[in-house]
Amino acid sequence: MADTLKPRPEFRNIHVSQIVAYRLPPAGIVSILHRVSGVLMFLLMPFIIWMFDASITSEISYDAFRSAFAAGVGFIPGWFLKLVVLALIWAYLHHLIAGVRHLWMDATHAVTKQFGHNSAIVTLALSVLLTLALGWKLFF
Amino acid sequence: MAQNYGSKRTVVGAHYGLRDWLSQRITATLMALFTLVLLVQVLVLPGPMGYDKWAGIFAMQWMKVLTFVVIVSLAWHAWVGMRDIWMDYVHPVGLRLALQVATLVWLVGCVGWALQVLWRL
Repeated sequence: MADTLKPRPEFRNIHVSQIVAYRLPPAGIVSILHRVSGVLMFLLMPFIIWMFDASITSEISYDAFRSAFAAGVGFIPGWFLKLVVLALIWAYLHHLIAGVRHLWMDATHAVTKQFGHNSAIVTLALSVLLTLALGWKLFF
Repeated sequence: MAQNYGSKRTVVGAHYGLRDWLSQRITATLMALFTLVLLVQVLVLPGPMGYDKWAGIFAMQWMKVLTFVVIVSLAWHAWVGMRDIWMDYVHPVGLRLALQVATLVWLVGCVGWALQVLWRL
């Protein structure tokens, strides 16, 4: 009986001040970035709709859309718009790939530690590489 | 122990979790398919990328309907996701309610604007 009386281990959420020192496994990094990228796209939704609006409404608005990225619009320089779009590209790619990873795990019951680790690394690598490739096309 | 049955039971949900989990995956699948459909059109349709090609893709009625479905899916998906985030990180009930209401107002506003852009083309 003595064994059963040992205090149960308690696992609490870590405190905000411990975040930097906490070694997150790759799957954890993918998970928190899934949230970060989702919030980013949520907040930038009006900007995305503005791009949709300007690019599609008329040839005049399409030209204005193009010149906004080349020469800036109002007080916002073009390179800054491109940086925001680069952030959106990353957010979209990460969210999509991490989402497909979720769907894959749900569909195939792929719940081993090893698969979680490997697929997380693939997610991070693929999203960053594709972001770099599209960023290259965006800036050069 | 306090009574936990009948009218005094602790309500622990009615598959709200399953509903959110499922709708999150269905809306995600729709958006992923839309991405694929759009990408294929951008890559396969003839001609250089420009206003004519870009606007032409969204001029087709089936593409408008598909885009409409995806806009609604996106808002629903963002609602479930943002609600999860507020529930995880914001514990004071009043503040959480305010943020959830703000999220809904933001999303409904964005959907309205996006649909206006989509259907005045």
